[in-house]
Amino acid sequence: MGHSTIVEEKFIFTPEAKRKIIILLGVGIFLFIVGLWLATKGGHDDHAEGHSHAATQQLVASIDEAVAHEDHTEGEHHHGTATWLKRMYTTLWMNNIYFVGLGIIGLFFVAIQYAAQAGWSAGVKRIPLAMGHWLPVAFGLTVVLWFISNHDIFHWTHSYLYDKSGSSYDEIIDGKAPYFYWPGEPGGFPIFYIARMVIFFGMWYWFFTMIKKNMMAEDIEGDSKYWFKNRSISAWFLVFFAVSSSVAAWDWVMSIDTHWFSTMFGWYVFASWWVTALAMITLIVVYLKEAGYLKVVNANHLHDLGKFVFAFSIFWTYIWFSQFLLIYYANIPEETVYFIERMSTSPYSWIFFTNLIMNFVLPFLLLMTRDAKRHLSMLKVVCPIIIVGHWFDFYNMVTPGVMQNDGGLGLLEIGTAFIFLAAFLWITLSSLSKMPLFGKNHPLLEESLHHHI
Amino acid sequence: MDADKNFVVGIFNDEDVLLDGIRKVRSSGVKIQEVYSPFPVHGIDDALGYKKSRLPIAAFIFGMTGTSLALLMQIWMLGFDWPMIIGGKNFASLPPFIPVTFELTVLLSALGMVGTFMIVSDMKPYKWPRQYDIRSTEDMHVMAIDLAVNAGKSKDELKRLLNESGAVEVNEKSFE
Repeated sequence: MGHSTIVEEKFIFTPEAKRKIIILLGVGIFLFIVGLWLATKGGHDDHAEGHSHAATQQLVASIDEAVAHEDHTEGEHHHGTATWLKRMYTTLWMNNIYFVGLGIIGLFFVAIQYAAQAGWSAGVKRIPLAMGHWLPVAFGLTVVLWFISNHDIFHWTHSYLYDKSGSSYDEIIDGKAPYFYWPGEPGGFPIFYIARMVIFFGMWYWFFTMIKKNMMAEDIEGDSKYWFKNRSISAWFLVFFAVSSSVAAWDWVMSIDTHWFSTMFGWYVFASWWVTALAMITLIVVYLKEAGYLKVVNANHLHDLGKFVFAFSIFWTYIWFSQFLLIYYANIPEETVYFIERMSTSPYSWIFFTNLIMNFVLPFLLLMTRDAKRHLSMLKVVCPIIIVGHWFDFYNMVTPGVMQNDGGLGLLEIGTAFIFLAAFLWITLSSLSKMPLFGKNHPLLEESLHHHI
Repeated sequence: MDADKNFVVGIFNDEDVLLDGIRKVRSSGVKIQEVYSPFPVHGIDDALGYKKSRLPIAAFIFGMTGTSLALLMQIWMLGFDWPMIIGGKNFASLPPFIPVTFELTVLLSALGMVGTFMIVSDMKPYKWPRQYDIRSTEDMHVMAIDLAVNAGKSKDELKRLLNESGAVEVNEKSFE
């Protein structure tokens, strides 16, 4: 393949694809409404019931004891919000955080390719770049959802916890108050917390626009100086992201279980986001290939994407296990409660183990051979497994901490996921259709064409 | 003529010429004994038509052996032979066994793979490899063609073929 064979490609967002996404959205809204209606009727619908009930009965008793403290304080002040509403907020927040990951990892993927001066990925970089367009939407959703649902999702937002004279004073949470409220008063407006949220999204989006601007300018002018500019911007972004991704994980996910903490949590959320987005990138590449796009991508590039998905499934498992083993071995009640809530409490137990099977066992065995990573058919099986599997992962990070025994996984949750997925795909594909599918002037495109492993 | 004794040896000084040469030699029906290079040449295994290595299968089997042995060992030791109470856990509980299991899986997989490779490639102590041309350890690619295997072609034909395929030098080499 020489330079002459490169033909600039443009993705066309066909009415057919649009129709499918709108159908997905419609199904999502329908399931959401039905699920919500069911939730208002009977608490939680029965999808999650019945599995491993007997086995967990006795363990539930011990958890109840362990969380009694929290329940006690919440019981006094929390008759305001109905279970179904809380459940709706929870699933909205959980899906939002999951999709924030797909957006920000889109940018992260592009950035590490620049920082590592990677040549192989020159042909696929526009797909993660398109996923990055979700960031502004995610920004809006995160802020709005936080302000709507903060008291229902984040226990630490209740001002009574910080009232030393009150009966519900919580010394542990009060000790953590500056992390949320500095420089304001504990229990007031969480200035530090909200500032972090705004700064993270703001900076992420700013880096995104800078990198995108340079990529587009490179298309037109063909000067390799844009590649060098992007390399330095990416390096700065990676430094910023190293800190912000961890802190974001503490803020948006770990602070739900306010008493609990894990020093691995930032990594854990990052690993989950990263492998999900890798699977999503690979899946979009696979579908584009099948639709006849991306002539510059061949089995070697798929192999690299497949290796990424395979390797980071194992990386996620490593992080998961490192977090689990230490807590399991130390056996300190305030730490183990996190896993007892998830592992042996009635609606979550099966999700806990499904999570491990879908995100470790299946990708590990299915993607192990070289051929599996090089063929569209196997990638098309494994990537959706990982995407759904990590949705379960985020479900299990967020829901048990908010809902305790009232959680459920039914039409409401599935419908919300469909709505988010439809919106995400719409934004990604429409952004993808507005730029060339790969940078024809990318200085490493030639290297990518000769990529052979 | 004994097999594996008498060879025609082509010397190549460029890997692109070498790859084209390999294709040319093979397409004329000649079987190449082996090609020696001072550095890895990308795509040479495809050009030589090597079958996909089955080493990964061996690695997987050795790895699984490691997994099973590690689990059996720990369950037997801590569950049956010498049960100890550690932090109130079950005698044979899975999570603490995982790190050892992982390590033994990797160890057996790696050692097994190296061993398999050495046996398959006939690399053993006091086995001295044949030196077709010492320059293959420095700056030349060396292609060896066994005369007995290619009995259909004369020595001169093979030499001409190598010359036409871009060899900068063609020699003969015999072994005892």
